[in-house]
Amino acid sequence: MKYLDEYRDSQMVKRLLEKIRRTVTQHLVLMEICGGQTHTIMRYGLDELLPPQIELVHGPGCPVCVTSTSILDRAIEVAQREDVTLVSYGDMLRVPGSKTDLLSAKSRGADVRMVYSPLDALRIARQTPERKIVFLAVGFETTAPANAMAVWQAHREGLNNFFLLASHVLVPPAIRALAGSPDNRVQGFIAPGHVCTVVGCRDYEDLVQEFRMPIVVGGFEPVDLLQAIAVLVTMLEEGRAAFSNEYARSVSYRGNIEAQRILAEVFEVADQPWRGLGEIPQSGLRLKSKFAAYDANQVFALTIPEVEASSVCISAKILKGLKKPTDCSVFGHSCTPESPLGAPMVSSEGACSAYYQYRRHDLVVIQ
Amino acid sequence: MCLAIPGKVISVGEENGIRIGRVLFGGVTQPVSLDFVPEASIGDYVMVHVGFAISRVNQEEAEKTWQTLEEMGLLAGELPEANRTAGLAERDQS
Ligand code: SF4
Repeated sequence: MKYLDEYRDSQMVKRLLEKIRRTVTQHLVLMEICGGQTHTIMRYGLDELLPPQIELVHGPGCPVCVTSTSILDRAIEVAQREDVTLVSYGDMLRVPGSKTDLLSAKSRGADVRMVYSPLDALRIARQTPERKIVFLAVGFETTAPANAMAVWQAHREGLNNFFLLASHVLVPPAIRALAGSPDNRVQGFIAPGHVCTVVGCRDYEDLVQEFRMPIVVGGFEPVDLLQAIAVLVTMLEEGRAAFSNEYARSVSYRGNIEAQRILAEVFEVADQPWRGLGEIPQSGLRLKSKFAAYDANQVFALTIPEVEASSVCISAKILKGLKKPTDCSVFGHSCTPESPLGAPMVSSEGACSAYYQYRRHDLVVIQ
Repeated sequence: MCLAIPGKVISVGEENGIRIGRVLFGGVTQPVSLDFVPEASIGDYVMVHVGFAISRVNQEEAEKTWQTLEEMGLLAGELPEANRTAGLAERDQS
């Protein structure tokens, strides 16, 4: 309750909560996919404001959290080469690989730089033609078109010192893997608003048909999320499985056609390892063969295999909705955002980090 | 890293063959690719993710989203330091 009053739409929030309270009659497990949504839920304590029958579990929607250790190990290896500058988005630099992380490699002399945009990565490549710029490009469908554009642009400009170490993940195959798994507990999904802004709604409609399970596209503000939850609860109580777009001010049915075009031009769908979830068929993107000259894996012959991360980390179970961060024995003790043992503690959109920011004090009281 | 930040397009030009807009965030402009929103022009508000505009929004929506992201401390991961200091009000004066 502590955060609700500071939110300007608190009347609207109260109305939605009341509606949900009146509708729900049974225990329902709902999963939000996107880490930004997880952050909102924790920040405003939405999970505590909702009636106790509704259990929110937090899905694999933080790109930082699901990037496999083998990709990080490759990034760290290539960063140590004399002639290479490794650039990536901020949070990626702190994610532990199987032995170390990129920031530690930097402190030992590797040229590692943080960027906010693939445009920055291109600029560095233009400005330092004598160095090889390797861009560790992660992300869901929201980010992949921007990363694709960087490659396309490098190609257009004839930049021959720009390379992509790509780890892209796609949301629908992850939902398919979760919903189809024998230990699945999730009854309804909140689909990620900005992913759908780019790719549209078609795939999600198909998933509803495939699993007879409601899916609702939601935004990132408390009202958006409660609205999505209210629609899911109503459908589940009525025994209906349908698709609904509750973030229509950003998401159109077809999505962003220009972004989809560049995605299809540069990448093709491929099997992809997810940290915690293992390999999921057809759930990632790799460079098409005509862009092989920009593929860091091929150019630098990077072949480090996947190694399982730290054994204490239960992030795999958290990303599947089977456990909560607070179930982890090292949560808040030896694993904190300052010294993360697992990826979900690194990014502010990771479930463990969100719980750490907003729930660890409650825990101390309970203990 | 999966969020998009609203900003206002104040100029549109071309750099290295990319359609680049100067977009105002928190009092500071940033170059943003407008390749995915060919319909966007000066004065429009766009949602920007990793330096690329992915959709157009109206001003009210942009203001609301900016405030929420600021309130939640989520601008940090998406924008360089200098751009996070001022709110949307200051942005409109520049
Ligand atoms: S608290 Fe740390 S070790 Fe535990 S699951 Fe989360 S990231 Fe892994």
